[in-house]
Amino acid sequence: MCENTGMPAPKRAKTSTWATKSGLAQMLKGGVIMDVVTPAEAKIAQEAGAVAVMALERVPSDIRRDGGVARMSDPDMIKGIQAAVSIPVMAKARIGHESEARILEALDVDYIDESEVLTPADDRFHINKHGFKVPFVCGCKDLGEALRRINEGAAMMRTKGEAGTGNIVEAVRHIRTVSEEIAALKGQSEKRLRAAAKEMRVPYELVKLTVKAGRLPVVNFVAGGIATPADAALSMWLGADGVFVGSGIFKAKNPAKTAVAIVQATTHWKNASILAEVSAGLGEAMKGIEMRTIPEGERLSKRGW
Amino acid sequence: MAKRHTTPIIGVLAVQGDFAEHIRMLESLGVEGREVRLPADLNGVDGLILPGGESTAMRKLLHRWDLVKPIKALAKRGAPILGTCAGAILLATKIADGDEPVLSLLDIEVRRNAFGRQLESFETSLVMEGFGKEGRSRTIQAVFIRAPEIVNVGPSARAVATLEDGRIVAARQGRILGIAFHPEITGETGVHRWLVAEATAALG
Repeated sequence: MCENTGMPAPKRAKTSTWATKSGLAQMLKGGVIMDVVTPAEAKIAQEAGAVAVMALERVPSDIRRDGGVARMSDPDMIKGIQAAVSIPVMAKARIGHESEARILEALDVDYIDESEVLTPADDRFHINKHGFKVPFVCGCKDLGEALRRINEGAAMMRTKGEAGTGNIVEAVRHIRTVSEEIAALKGQSEKRLRAAAKEMRVPYELVKLTVKAGRLPVVNFVAGGIATPADAALSMWLGADGVFVGSGIFKAKNPAKTAVAIVQATTHWKNASILAEVSAGLGEAMKGIEMRTIPEGERLSKRGW
Repeated sequence: MAKRHTTPIIGVLAVQGDFAEHIRMLESLGVEGREVRLPADLNGVDGLILPGGESTAMRKLLHRWDLVKPIKALAKRGAPILGTCAGAILLATKIADGDEPVLSLLDIEVRRNAFGRQLESFETSLVMEGFGKEGRSRTIQAVFIRAPEIVNVGPSARAVATLEDGRIVAARQGRILGIAFHPEITGETGVHRWLVAEATAALG
């Protein structure tokens, strides 16, 4: 498939501009980005209609089960996945781990996810993403967190949800929180917006831009707990630009069929009869975890500052 | 049938990709853009945009929801069709890496991801022939994202924009236009104006 034999951009062209970084996320809208751990899974994802894959060594539910420190994937594993598919390949770096991000950039991944699913490397700072040529996606659970990441250079956001649970309740909470916090700032005086900016530790201009647009100023996907076509449709209903599905596909009884169904549901989220059709006969979804059984300290969404 | 109207309604394929940006461009020109996910959504549209997105995903969704035939029929009736990036791949009669063509409405051969991965995505200015006022040429700022290249233009089509190094990035065959870049994300209106003008002309 894609051997990446392309002749690079012409000499006078500018690469890694804000338009190219945020623009790739715009092209992924209305689509599904799937976690994959092998080239074979990447092919299943592409065949199902995924718009991109997230290459990682263990899906979040396995990271949760295994414990220990979760790190960036082996470069050979990422290369194997890049060779297997022609759609964009994303990979995860630990929060604040500039060097993992540099390695992923050198591997020519299409997007880096600075992800709370991996064990954080820095308990104070996230990566300064402006300093990279490759674009970043970051997680958020409220508006302040989203705008801090965008201010650091993230070109795409995803609401965090609670990865590896197959339980959408946190994902719903996070996208609702972001939307409600933007709505609450609408029509407020400059003084109020400046106070909000100070509280969120971001520039006033970024708050102003967000309020004017009535949404985050970059593409925002929903992630963390999506396990069924209906979950994907609900995410779109709540204003997501697209969905990340982690454990939900390859921990389902029938991954290929579930993947196809989630893709269809993300396109046709408004059409209940199509949702009924694609939801039928998928077999068992991933088992999932009730939130009350996860101690606060073990919640991945709490990581990030 | 749709009732008679004098300003065209432009369908925008909305199975995946940056269709909302195209609809905003149309609205800025005072034209209704209509999301197209199913064949019935094509009823009453006078032109169509195939947006940027992932061509492999879009191809599957076009087949899954039986959109190929009705889009071809729309083109046969003389409705203009614009494809940007992934949309141009869907229009092409030939795809260089061996994938089957999808709509075969534009006599070009495209190579997907022709410039490389995301780090080779770029912005540049280029000249589009015939897209300025009164058919003059127009210099525009163009954003290429994991873009395809038009490696061959067949006898029925002609190139309308090239990069400084000569690579072809836009081609037209009558009312079908395929471009490798994204006017919808830079707010460049020339291409959308052309589409609306062609659709208006086709209304008669």
